[in-house]
Amino acid sequence: MNIIVDYDAGNITSLCNALEKLKTSFQVSDDESVIRKADKVFFPGQGHMAQARRSLEKKGLIDCIRSLTQPFLGICVGMQLLYDWSEEGETEGLGIVSGKLMRFSDPDLKVPQMGWNSVTARNDNPLFRGLNEEYFYFVHSYAAPLGDQSIAKAEYGGPFTAACQHKNFSGVQFHPEKSGEAGLQLLKNFLAL
Amino acid sequence: MLTKRIIPCLDVANGRVVKGTHFTLLRDVGDAVDLAQLYAEQGADELCFLDITATVEKRKTLVDLVSRVGKVISIPFTVGGGISSVEDIRAVLLAGADKVSIGTAAVANPSLISEAAAEFGSQAIVISVDAKRTGPEAWTVYTNGGREDTGMDALRFCFHMEELGAGELLINSIDRDGTRTGYDLELLRAINDLVDIPVIASSGAGSKEHFLEALREGQADAVLAASLFHSRELSILELKQYLSSQNILIRL
Repeated sequence: MNIIVDYDAGNITSLCNALEKLKTSFQVSDDESVIRKADKVFFPGQGHMAQARRSLEKKGLIDCIRSLTQPFLGICVGMQLLYDWSEEGETEGLGIVSGKLMRFSDPDLKVPQMGWNSVTARNDNPLFRGLNEEYFYFVHSYAAPLGDQSIAKAEYGGPFTAACQHKNFSGVQFHPEKSGEAGLQLLKNFLAL
Repeated sequence: MLTKRIIPCLDVANGRVVKGTHFTLLRDVGDAVDLAQLYAEQGADELCFLDITATVEKRKTLVDLVSRVGKVISIPFTVGGGISSVEDIRAVLLAGADKVSIGTAAVANPSLISEAAAEFGSQAIVISVDAKRTGPEAWTVYTNGGREDTGMDALRFCFHMEELGAGELLINSIDRDGTRTGYDLELLRAINDLVDIPVIASSGAGSKEHFLEALREGQADAVLAASLFHSRELSILELKQYLSSQNILIRL
């Protein structure tokens, strides 16, 4: 069974709708034993990073998430939590992906970045199969710099990580569930991993 | 790079899309879900629904619409029309909307904006500003569907809303609404100079060139229109191809 981790960090209705469109069976859960047995894990997140981290702690899921071995997809703040640290609320992440998220600082930029941005994926990454130079929908104020674990980048006042990967853990800064056909294809690619 | 957004707006009454001029003379132009799907297929970057149902069952019909739309399209959409409490916002977001637009209630009860931003995040809170020109470089805020003059300075109001945590501003010009004479570019630029959050231009689109002006001279981040799309005079795709040919960054 595919599991959407529900840890009270934002709205998961759109993700549920997207998986229904793909006719994929899934379950929403905050139960550690259910999450551990999942085939694939979706880890969404919205809002403030510190609040998301606190919600995850309150659910007692920090160690559970860190120790998962099945394909895992963090979305938006769900991706940001994979990192070491975020400037937002000076919050510790899970430390799975190395790097620190910083607020967009260019004074000419509108923050949050809100809208469709083109994403350049690293060659041959299965998550982005058929999706190079596609547009995805972003809503965020903090971004991760490019690093060894970046598998896709986008530009907003400079390059930043649009997607990252470490072992079974993948994360996307954008919202595939809100990115039309390209987003649905990315979710399909993830389900095929 | 981030692209400019094209947003068709659907005025909805009891689940049907209607279009009025100056908030009157309603005309049925189709089923809301069908039209939403059509626009998404044509390449709309987002959709905006403005519910003008005037019944006590309002929230229920709105939540029902949001839920039906969310099952069909997978692009972001905003819902507005009479949203006046944290509970209203929660109901609509939980049903699948990405953002709510708040108009009259933002004027009447500004603390709603800070509460809502804290609860749901700024990204979900759009302030819909109905502005009417009172002189050169001066506009006041109207409420209740453009009927009531609050006497408040529109620029100061926008700045205040950003401070309270609004994530985006939807700028309607009462002078231009339904006229097809183009967006109020001065208004857009004045607001853009003042705030750091995205600004959506609304009211007055009558041609492709008007969209270009709003994005270029008005410096808007997104452009919204209704009747021009509903009447099929201009398709989203045709508009996007035109803007792209004018070197505006567009998702095609």
